[in-house]
Amino acid sequence: MIGATHYVALSLVLMCIGLVGVMVRRNFITVLMSLELMFNAVNINLIAFSFRLGDLAGQVLAIFVITVAAAEAAIGLGLIITLVRLKDTVALEEADEMGG
Amino acid sequence: MDFLIANFGAILFYVVAAITVAAAVAVVAFRNPIHSAVALLLTFVMVAVLFILRHAEFLAAVQVLVYAGGILVLYLFVIMLVRITDLGPGRVFLSGLAPLAILGGVVLGCLIAVGILLGSMAAGAGSTAAMTAVEGEALGNTEAVGWILYMKYLVPFEVVSVVLLVAMIGAIVFGRRDAALAGAGEEVEP
Repeated sequence: MIGATHYVALSLVLMCIGLVGVMVRRNFITVLMSLELMFNAVNINLIAFSFRLGDLAGQVLAIFVITVAAAEAAIGLGLIITLVRLKDTVALEEADEMGG
Repeated sequence: MDFLIANFGAILFYVVAAITVAAAVAVVAFRNPIHSAVALLLTFVMVAVLFILRHAEFLAAVQVLVYAGGILVLYLFVIMLVRITDLGPGRVFLSGLAPLAILGGVVLGCLIAVGILLGSMAAGAGSTAAMTAVEGEALGNTEAVGWILYMKYLVPFEVVSVVLLVAMIGAIVFGRRDAALAGAGEEVEP
């Protein structure tokens, strides 16, 4: 029997993979894709608990998460375009004017 | 054969979950962003299958339409637009923390294993009926989600639309050519 635990475990694995991608990769585009992985992990969690508790609020929250993910993608890709225009690269360590 | 039929849901979950994790690893591991994007597409579709397994049919459709159809195409569009696949050698920093990172990973893995073990002891089944009913009235999943969304969560729904508007304006501002020039300290012609 597949319960909420299995889904939470899968979501945890996905979240960890996404986190590793965000921390390890230098390519801005790959970092954003790893962020999408993390959004998906959150959604799996929400859906699993929505089913487990018999409450549709989880599905509504997942819709909001998808909306925010779409907004994040639009902003992030706009940032990539600007970075490429300024520096002709998508490597994250090139954007260090703020002194990081 | 009887085993297959009796445990079809479980087998399907494990197969789909394995493909999801493999595709997610591929997203992070591939050097070429286009390969990553294709792996991401596989991940999105497999997550949609997981949604269907949890009786969230409407969200599965939204997942395929918005993620696989919209966001991913946006990613591919930008990847092809910037046409940079090889970044060259970069600075390596914090490499001295590698043993600490491995230790942290092992500890996290142990915690997850304990959590799964404890969680599977307290496992309980959800109900399919709750996914398609509002106030005791049986509806389709899409209709039920729509009722909840517009009756109970109307204000958050409107707030999210503002978030989308802000993101759209932000993307337009970032996308302007003179915005990049102004950031570089060059004179912007009016």
